[in-house]
Amino acid sequence: MLLGGLGLALFVVPLFGLLWQAPWSDIPGLIGSPVVTEALGLSVVASLSATIIALLVGVPLAWLLARVEFPGRRLVRGLVLLPLVLPPVVGGAALLFALGRRGVIGGPLHELTGLVLPFSIWGVVLATTFVAMPFLVITVEGALRNLDQRYERAAASLGAGRWTVLRRVTLPMIGPSVTAGLVLTWARAFGEFGATITFAGNLPGRTQTLPLAVFVALESDRAVAVAISLLMVAVSLAVLITLRERWWKVL
Amino acid sequence: MEGLVTALQARIGVSRSHGFSLDVDVSIEPGVTVALLGPNGAGKSTTVSAIAGLVPVDAGRIQLGNMVLDEPSTDTFVPPEQRRIGVVFQDNLLFPRLTVLENVAFGPRSRGVRRAQAVDAARAWMTRLGLAGLETQRPADLSGGQAQRVALARALVLEPDLLLLDEPLSALDVTTRIHHRRVLAEHLRGFAGPRLLITHDPTEAFLLADVVYLIEDGVITQTGTADEIRLRPKTRYAADLAGSNLISGSADDGRVDVGVFSLSIADHDVTGPVLLNIHPNAVSVHRGKPEGSQRNTWRTSIEVVESLGDRVRLLTGVPLPLTVEVTREAMQALSLWPGVAIWLAIKATEIGVEEEG
Repeated sequence: MLLGGLGLALFVVPLFGLLWQAPWSDIPGLIGSPVVTEALGLSVVASLSATIIALLVGVPLAWLLARVEFPGRRLVRGLVLLPLVLPPVVGGAALLFALGRRGVIGGPLHELTGLVLPFSIWGVVLATTFVAMPFLVITVEGALRNLDQRYERAAASLGAGRWTVLRRVTLPMIGPSVTAGLVLTWARAFGEFGATITFAGNLPGRTQTLPLAVFVALESDRAVAVAISLLMVAVSLAVLITLRERWWKVL
Repeated sequence: MEGLVTALQARIGVSRSHGFSLDVDVSIEPGVTVALLGPNGAGKSTTVSAIAGLVPVDAGRIQLGNMVLDEPSTDTFVPPEQRRIGVVFQDNLLFPRLTVLENVAFGPRSRGVRRAQAVDAARAWMTRLGLAGLETQRPADLSGGQAQRVALARALVLEPDLLLLDEPLSALDVTTRIHHRRVLAEHLRGFAGPRLLITHDPTEAFLLADVVYLIEDGVITQTGTADEIRLRPKTRYAADLAGSNLISGSADDGRVDVGVFSLSIADHDVTGPVLLNIHPNAVSVHRGKPEGSQRNTWRTSIEVVESLGDRVRLLTGVPLPLTVEVTREAMQALSLWPGVAIWLAIKATEIGVEEEG
């Protein structure tokens, strides 16, 4: 009981500290400042883009891992999970070596198209996707594994082709898990710090997301840091509360 | 009538890497219900999958009417969606996120029928199976019997040439199973093609099927009518099944009229048509008139004696032919041979009673 209470305190005390420090009367002004609104806009756009990309490529990847037998599948699954345990800074550095202007792929890419990924909003999106997508992949893969495949066979016996089975039977049945995975992915992307700052830098108005802005503000203006932190808590809570019905069902 | 020319002829050989193999030969004429009866793991579901086209056979040939569906030796394989087969799956497998109407219309829609026509056909079948009014419900909101009929409607809406039913009543609770078995029997009679019923429940097989195939460890061990199997079981499993001495009669105030005489049962409240289930081990055999009050006793003779290893099965004669099991020692001690006159006794509490009304 005591230890449990201690555990709970670990979650509650920091939040309390944040609320205690808050300069409540100044908050509207602080949040309205251009640095904060730009960072908020960037964070929202980048985290949503990362979530959408994860949906488009993560679900097929989960399908591949859950349903297709291929050599080295376990290795691939391990690779997919790597960003979950890898220090984000290392992830960002790896991205830089691969996709930076002199990177293995980034170099030729720059030669051919003139596109520079690091230190651009594309870099932010890429870094957050790299870190956050595994949440969607493992959630959806788990759902696909647990799905009773007899339903899909029933659909096939009724004449449904593979695409119809996927669209009308499989996806609706794993829908709640996809939603849960998307929420986790978005939350992770919204708060991403290490990979972003390493790969995309910390340029206000271009690659400075909310977490980076907090970090900078802590050095200069603590009130701004507290205000941004509260803003992020509010946004995250709002999303969790909106989706709680589906959320609890799956978890 | 197209339905009248399609018989099913299937010789199904499937072998699996872990040693399981299936070798089953089934033919069903139109209008005939065959039950494939066997314990779990005997290969019943694999048989369904093979006929439905969900698992290709390794050897043999499946033919429906004059169309060969699967024959490895000629590289013939018709995919499931092109087979004219309706399947009612174990646990029904209604798609949980679709409405009842969408479930029933799923087959025609998947086979390219226009939405309006598919919905019309689905509604017609729902009405026919007494499901009108449930169109917008989700499968989770249905009772077991309704879900079972939705599954049947979903299979029949495709107007298949063959109906496959995999444990159709297993998801229903015992109290309503008799009612739903009768409803199912009615709908089966309304289907003109061959019908294959997969079940592990002897009562279901014996009551719904014209012919019963017993399947054990992937092979058919006995084929015959319910009576043939009950009275002449060829394997231990068949003998155990024959455990269901099923006798129909009419109950009134604790007595059941079974034709020539009546039996006492424990339940005094049940009236009307009933099905009695007397286990062969529940009947005791005596050479003289047995003592005791609350017992059903009658005099008969032994017709057949069959050895089942350490136990012996006796088939007794009029007035109430029964299958009775005794130990080998009892058989020798009492000199139970064919033609010997005996007394049988059974306690009222040992008679299983199922209401048929």
